Amino acid sequence: MKKFANIILYVFLIIIMLLCLIPFYSMLISSTHDNTSITTKLLVLPGNNFLDNYARLMQTVNVWRGFLNSTIIAISSTALTLYFSALAAYGFSKFQFYGRDSLFAFVVATMMIPGQLGIIGFYKLMNDIGLINSYIPLIIPSIANAFGIFFMKQMCDTAVPNEIIEASYVDGCGELRLFNSIVLPMLLPALAALGILSFIGAWNSFLMPLIILIDNSLQPLPVMIASVRTQFTADYGAQYVGILISVIPIIIIFSISSRWIMNSVSIGAVKG
Amino acid sequence: MYNKKRALYGISFIAPFFIVFAVFNLYPILYSLYLSFTDWDGMNLPSFIGLRNYSRLITDTYFYTSIFNTLFIWICSIIPQISLALFLAIILNQKAIKGRDFFRALYFFPNIVTPVTIGVIFSLLFDWQTGTVNKMLLALGIIDGNINWMYSPFFSRLIIGLAICWQWFGYNMLMFMAGLQSISQEIYEAAYIDGANQRQIAFKITLPLIKPVIIFVLITSIIGGLQIFDVPAMFRNAPQDLIRTMVMYLYETGFTRYHFGYASAIAYAIFIIIAVFSLISLKITNANKES
Repeated sequence: MKKFANIILYVFLIIIMLLCLIPFYSMLISSTHDNTSITTKLLVLPGNNFLDNYARLMQTVNVWRGFLNSTIIAISSTALTLYFSALAAYGFSKFQFYGRDSLFAFVVATMMIPGQLGIIGFYKLMNDIGLINSYIPLIIPSIANAFGIFFMKQMCDTAVPNEIIEASYVDGCGELRLFNSIVLPMLLPALAALGILSFIGAWNSFLMPLIILIDNSLQPLPVMIASVRTQFTADYGAQYVGILISVIPIIIIFSISSRWIMNSVSIGAVKG
Repeated sequence: MYNKKRALYGISFIAPFFIVFAVFNLYPILYSLYLSFTDWDGMNLPSFIGLRNYSRLITDTYFYTSIFNTLFIWICSIIPQISLALFLAIILNQKAIKGRDFFRALYFFPNIVTPVTIGVIFSLLFDWQTGTVNKMLLALGIIDGNINWMYSPFFSRLIIGLAICWQWFGYNMLMFMAGLQSISQEIYEAAYIDGANQRQIAFKITLPLIKPVIIFVLITSIIGGLQIFDVPAMFRNAPQDLIRTMVMYLYETGFTRYHFGYASAIAYAIFIIIAVFSLISLKITNANKES
């Protein structure tokens, strides 16, 4: 009886596993067939049209360029988020000044504002100061990451002992140097978790780059994939190659560091 | 006193947040409020028209449809999502299950795939002529002819809901597993000694104890679910009236029809709707805590 119940459990787990994998498999197989086969047959085995599909895709949309753009945007905004979140968290955690707690409450409250509330004003402002087709509107706002500050402050409260700060202070260490060379290294595990979360967020973001970057060659991967979807309405082979290219790097990174990524996500949610 | 100097350092460390927030968030939010009282086409100067955008919005059937679509998609995604996540978390929490880490990683994986890509994958999978799903159902003999999923008011929204469910169930499973691990093993042992069976343990002990996690997941999912854009926006093969969500309507009004003033009013309406839903769910949470 127990054995029978166990078999049912495993069958269930495997069915869910297949539901997770079939979309990827179907995408992989379809990307290697010509459009006639994609339209008419149920494809189970790989074909040999991948390079043709790839060539047609690259003629109109340079997805590798999108890849590079995504990397530039995601790495710079993650770096800014990490440094300035830790700095502000340290300021809130280890310094006494007037209005500190209400300012921190304000930071936490801003997390409740939905991202697209100010989007039209944001667009007009960027248009007025000539920052359309620039990465600045996508990267600089990462300095003000309320979740990052909230998350890092909890880490600062527990992982950075006051004695070390006082000792360094007595030694005549400057405040900023103290932060850079002593506090920041102590926050490394938390920074790694926050880094993963903000990198995934920046890599996947779509609406902001969609309205800010009009020039095709500047667009990050998600915007390019979306334009592949609109430009190649009847060319399924090219569309499948496009989304395949967007997924493969994620698969590679995840298979190397899945444990770390999942831990970061859990920590982020529990603390947030 | 060095305290005063230290205070200045503290303030300068938190200052970057407030400066950047003021320029890139607060100012655009207030400016959008102003724009929502104007008629701005993106080219000429905005002209003040008072509350006209809002009175138009109240009678705009497209907007009401977009609210309905958003909620429909959210319900189609949240019900399977939470049940599946909870069920899998309970199964994978048992040490006797082999390959727990493997299953856990595999179920979580769709969560880090770019939402735009997920939207494209699902809209292609369910395409009525070329989609793999129709061909599989045909091959298995379940249907006789291709089903036009996208033109069905029910299936088109359900499929978007399922795509979002596919994206998030693994994430919620991780949340529930973290919640389950915080339940002390002694409670289970006591129940086991008292002769409780598996079902009783699940319904009488596990579920009540991770209720706070379930409520947390529900609330975050309402706030996220009311803002869905990336996944449904990729369903180009569906009639847009069936699947247009609130944020899609905001985007189209602003950036494809250039009615920026009206779009700002929509943005504020969405904000109010999200605030109302969040308040309701917070009320329910607090009521639950007290009982």
